[in-house]
Amino acid sequence: MSNYISHDHEHDGIDRRGFLKCMAWAGTGVLWTISGGVLVSKTLAEVAKTGSSLPTATDLSFLQISDSHIGFNKAANKDVTETFKIALDRINAMPTPPSFLIHTGDISQLSKPEEFDTFDQILKSCRTKDVFYVPGEHDVINDGGKMYRERYLKNVQGKGSGWYSFNKNGVHFVGLVNVLDLQAGGLGQLGDDQLEWLEDDVKGLGADTPIVVFAHIPLWSVYPKWGWGTSDSERALGYLKRFGSVTVLNGHIHQVLQKVEGNVTFHTAMSTAFPQAAPGNAPSPGPLNVPAEKLRSMLGLTSVQYKQGKTALAVVDSTLS
Amino acid sequence: MNTIITKITIAALLSGFSLFAVAGEMKDASTGNAKENKIEIKDFAFNPQNITVKSGEKITWINRDEEPHTVVSVGKQFKKSPGLDTDQTYTIVAGAPGTYSYFCSVHPKMTGTIVVQK
Repeated sequence: MSNYISHDHEHDGIDRRGFLKCMAWAGTGVLWTISGGVLVSKTLAEVAKTGSSLPTATDLSFLQISDSHIGFNKAANKDVTETFKIALDRINAMPTPPSFLIHTGDISQLSKPEEFDTFDQILKSCRTKDVFYVPGEHDVINDGGKMYRERYLKNVQGKGSGWYSFNKNGVHFVGLVNVLDLQAGGLGQLGDDQLEWLEDDVKGLGADTPIVVFAHIPLWSVYPKWGWGTSDSERALGYLKRFGSVTVLNGHIHQVLQKVEGNVTFHTAMSTAFPQAAPGNAPSPGPLNVPAEKLRSMLGLTSVQYKQGKTALAVVDSTLS
Repeated sequence: MNTIITKITIAALLSGFSLFAVAGEMKDASTGNAKENKIEIKDFAFNPQNITVKSGEKITWINRDEEPHTVVSVGKQFKKSPGLDTDQTYTIVAGAPGTYSYFCSVHPKMTGTIVVQK
């Protein structure tokens, strides 16, 4: 398949073939790119194979990995450490390594120290050393996230239950925590303290600053019946409304879903461990068993690229198959 | 049952809590011959979702999902379970009469209620 757009009637950087290709990635991993004012998607396998890069030069590219679930050993994937390794191999094979990784939660299955140890050990094989984290609900089961914060949020000096922000190449990144202090019957939650911090954090930024927000549970209502949403995300997005480009990266649902609303692009990444059913397509959001030969086509990564002076980020999902 | 209540009372006195506070608690325990009430966790739901038991009886949850779940009391009225992997169980002993709501802190959409009668 060509990496170039042959028909672009909408001038949106996506032609019919590109769109279909995009659909084919559903259920894998994602590469996020901020570039040239358009949202471009491309599989990691393609990037690795052809050595090509996105059509426009890129000033910053980073990679999102999610939902490693180290410790999971059921039928849906008996060897999640192996698929995590393959994901890292894909990153190492990229001609231009990403500047850093973002892990959007559920490193572990049961918040066990040995699961985090295994993850850390495997991660050592990754050429890209800079990693930014936000916890998933599987990472904070027994201690309210204490161990997670000590292991993964020390360098970023996380506030409260671990939220933080940083700047790279003119892009403002915000890592949010929406898996703690959850209420019975409720969804993911940010809480007042974090929301007040967010309001203050972005207050001084110019409206032309590209914003990237990352958190584990989707910050949009994907499927509340399965808990796939965050109860107070609207308030967070309200603080970001004035910005020209906001990209929201989430995990949790183990499949690629994307929604564009005004200047905000919402995107969820694949898991490196096991797929989950499309919203409402199963009795519950548990691990989805698929034939062994199909599994890797439903796991993957997300790459993102950004070109300075332009606003929109290009986001690319790619599978492990 | 009288024995259990006595033990709880003594424990309460020893640990310095007021009797009133302990009266609202349920005990985390796995010994004794009291009747055991089972709650199965399957397809991200507690089954039965609502259960009525007598004070002093045991309540045991068993996780039949491939996903971990927890049992967490709303308002911390009884000790929360650790993360329960597939086929793992968690048992408490019903304490003072009353209504106790609980949920899974990993999947808070999952809720249940225990009614404890005298």
